[in-house]
Amino acid sequence: MENNKHRICHINPDWKQFSRVKRLFKISDIMPDFFFKKVVFLSGLAVLLLVISILVSLVIDSMPSIKAFGFRFFTVRIWDPVFEEYGALPFITGTIITSFLALLISVPFSLAVSIYLGGDFIREKSFFAGFLKNSVDLLSGIPSVVYGFFGLFLVVPVIRYLQTKFGIAPYGVGIFTASVILSIMIIPFSASLGREIIQMVPAEIKEAGYSLGSTRFEVIRYIVLPYCRSGIIAGILLALGRAIGETMAVTMVIGNSNLMPSNIFAPGNTMASVIANEFTEAVSHLHLSSLVEIGVVLFMVTTIISVTGKIIIKRFTVHT
Amino acid sequence: MESQILKIENFSAGFGKCLVLKNIDFSVEQNRITAIMGPSGCGKTTLIRCINRMHEFSPGAVFSGKILLHDEDIYSINPIIVRRKIGMVFQRPNPFPTMSIYENVISGFILNGIKLKKGERDHIVVNSLQKAGLWEEVKDNLHRRGTFLSGGQQQRLCIARALAMNPDILLLDEPTSSLDPKSTLLIEQLMEELKQSITILIVTHNIAQAARISDYVAFLYLGELMEFGLSKEVFTAPKNKKTEEYLTGKFG
Amino acid sequence: MRQLKKRIVKDFFFSLIIIVMAFSACIPLFLILGFIIKNGASSINLDFFIHLPKPVGEQGGGILNAIIGTFIITGIAFLLATPLSILAGIYLSENRKNAFSEILRTSVDILSSIPSIVIGIIAYLWIVKPMKTFSALSGGIALAIIMLPVVIKSTEETFAIIPYGLKEASFALGVPYYRTILKVILPAGLSGVITGTLIAISRIAGETAPLLFTAFGNPFMNLNLTKPMNTIPLVVFNYTTSPYEQWHKIAWAAALVLLIIVLTLNIFSRIISKKWKVKF
Ligand SMILES: Nc1ncnc2c1ncn2[C@@H]1O[C@H](COP(=O)(O)OP(=O)(O)OP(=O)(O)O)[C@@H](O)[C@H]1O
Ligand SMILES: [Mg+2]
Repeated sequence: MENNKHRICHINPDWKQFSRVKRLFKISDIMPDFFFKKVVFLSGLAVLLLVISILVSLVIDSMPSIKAFGFRFFTVRIWDPVFEEYGALPFITGTIITSFLALLISVPFSLAVSIYLGGDFIREKSFFAGFLKNSVDLLSGIPSVVYGFFGLFLVVPVIRYLQTKFGIAPYGVGIFTASVILSIMIIPFSASLGREIIQMVPAEIKEAGYSLGSTRFEVIRYIVLPYCRSGIIAGILLALGRAIGETMAVTMVIGNSNLMPSNIFAPGNTMASVIANEFTEAVSHLHLSSLVEIGVVLFMVTTIISVTGKIIIKRFTVHT
Repeated sequence: MESQILKIENFSAGFGKCLVLKNIDFSVEQNRITAIMGPSGCGKTTLIRCINRMHEFSPGAVFSGKILLHDEDIYSINPIIVRRKIGMVFQRPNPFPTMSIYENVISGFILNGIKLKKGERDHIVVNSLQKAGLWEEVKDNLHRRGTFLSGGQQQRLCIARALAMNPDILLLDEPTSSLDPKSTLLIEQLMEELKQSITILIVTHNIAQAARISDYVAFLYLGELMEFGLSKEVFTAPKNKKTEEYLTGKFG
Repeated sequence: MRQLKKRIVKDFFFSLIIIVMAFSACIPLFLILGFIIKNGASSINLDFFIHLPKPVGEQGGGILNAIIGTFIITGIAFLLATPLSILAGIYLSENRKNAFSEILRTSVDILSSIPSIVIGIIAYLWIVKPMKTFSALSGGIALAIIMLPVVIKSTEETFAIIPYGLKEASFALGVPYYRTILKVILPAGLSGVITGTLIAISRIAGETAPLLFTAFGNPFMNLNLTKPMNTIPLVVFNYTTSPYEQWHKIAWAAALVLLIIVLTLNIFSRIISKKWKVKF
């Protein structure tokens, strides 16, 4: 009995006598194909060049601001168009607080959705699973400006009422309100990713847990979640990227104050919302350039966060 | 009178650094069925992919030697014309999922942008489906998707699709290996009828099948042609020791 | 025994919390829908669709210019982005592993992560500044850039799952490569491409941030692509943040119209992806 697989790769041929197949095409035979492949390639190249020129263009236009302020841009807490003094610290603070607060609020909910839809609670095709999945998906389809609208007309009054009750200055608008709206907006992202990740957990290892007499809680807590940890973190990262770049809803409910926020209920501005507010009004060159520099920072931060998230997911998917 | 439609002369082929076919030499008789046999991985698929120039789609594909169709080197002809003259049916049925049965049969014309009159089209479709033995089964559903058919029917649809181009040679790469015995039998009977008008080269793993249907048989082993001859002779008295071992099930 | 009981109780509360939290995640959806439908419906009438906005103080008025503007600007974006994205998607699916496609794939990821407001800045720097005027065209270009990565991704993903055998079948019939891609692969993946395009359109139709300093908004009817143009999201934003009660009413109705357009596109795209799915 010989082996079934007969490999013949070890024979060393005289490669000189071999013609590369490609050379044997006549130009006229392959002209349309050649042309088509070029067009397809050039389209790809165009997209690549677009991304590069976006970055280059942003950096060039923020040069005046970079030259004028240098690193001080990130540490100064004054943003004053009248005296042409620009420091982005209040907005960076605003962005960090709103997006992390939003994560804090949204993660328990999106995790609950992911776990519920992840397979141990309910069949994928059942009514409730479909209902929840579709509702959460629709939530991601609602335009940002509608969230802002909803925030301004419904959430702000509620918060203002609560603030009066607890004796806090009743602005209604402010960083906390923005975080609440943001948290609703990012739930769909981490939830749908989390669900996909949790569904990838091999049934055998869960069954191993159940067969040892574990409860569902124990299987999820000690088997499923540790297995998915990196994937879930990636989902949270992607949601964070969204939250940082989100503009309209935040602009409409954050109060648009350029001062350093004193507490989480105070009005403020995020990097994105200050651009939305001031870009059309910026008359001076330096003002515009400072806003563009904020745009560069946003670009960098969201890119790093989401590329990291995608790399983690890729690793997770490959390793599963 | 016998005439040799396809001559393979001192032909070698491979992928990058890996030589898969070594100095293959044999000729295919017109209107006969030639079976190519051999253990898994011996290069059967590679050989027939070279015959209709599909080989060159693989990354790093190389070859040397000649394949002559009607005494003309196919590697000096436009590959597109070669492929229209030499049809191919694959191991797994692969009808076009977006096309109806009718469109699938004349897909070679549609995709190549060849305009046909309605009458011509109908004629080709009916004729090809009849040759492929599928006409009676699908004549009422010509405008349904090809992918709704059973596996065996799909494979015959693929044969009809190849026949519609009126090729000189039909290459079949283990056409029945994913089919049930009944569909297999149907396709074997089909080939018997088809060889009146066309030359057939079939790759098969199935020794019994090769013995049943083929007129000539080529036995490949580790990329080399071990034996080629009339099936009657090869199956009753193989000259090569490897062939004998293979035929008696010592390996493969 | 006590131990077991504790575990079971723990499991019960865990399940309860998960279910309650999971379903409360979709409460906002129904709040938003209910709230906007209830208030928006009462301020919507035929006038709203066929009239232009009226100055503060006058009753009535509509958003005809914004509705038309949304269609025009979204249309520009669609026309600019779709061909390029489909071709780039084809490149990515046809060249799975070479170095250039890896770079391209990463840059598409980057493009999709750029906040839309930053895309607005780009359109401002590239179009508005040289032309010295806000314009519908610049808005359309901003939205096209936002659309690109969505359509490229969905094209690539759809084409990647088309079996190779299909391509081989076509090659074996003597069909040239470009015809194989255009006539076999593209039709087989068409439903996926259309779904991706519809999702992208539903996203850009609701975009406001990149239009703030490109299309800018316009209280009058304008069909000139080189002049500022109004869109529904801009109306929602400008009227909501205005201090006038009368304008708030318009904002309600505009928000409802926007929601209907966007969610219809969204749901429609899902239906297409299910119904038109090609069986291989
Ligand atoms: N695209 C490719 N790139 C590199 N090597 C390949 C490629 N395709 C096939 N090979 C190698 O070439 C050899 C012959 O393959 P081929 O498919 O021709 O065998 P086969 O006789 O058809 O086998 P089977 O009976 O299993 O279909 C094998 O060793 C295989 O590993
Ligand atoms: Mg094979």
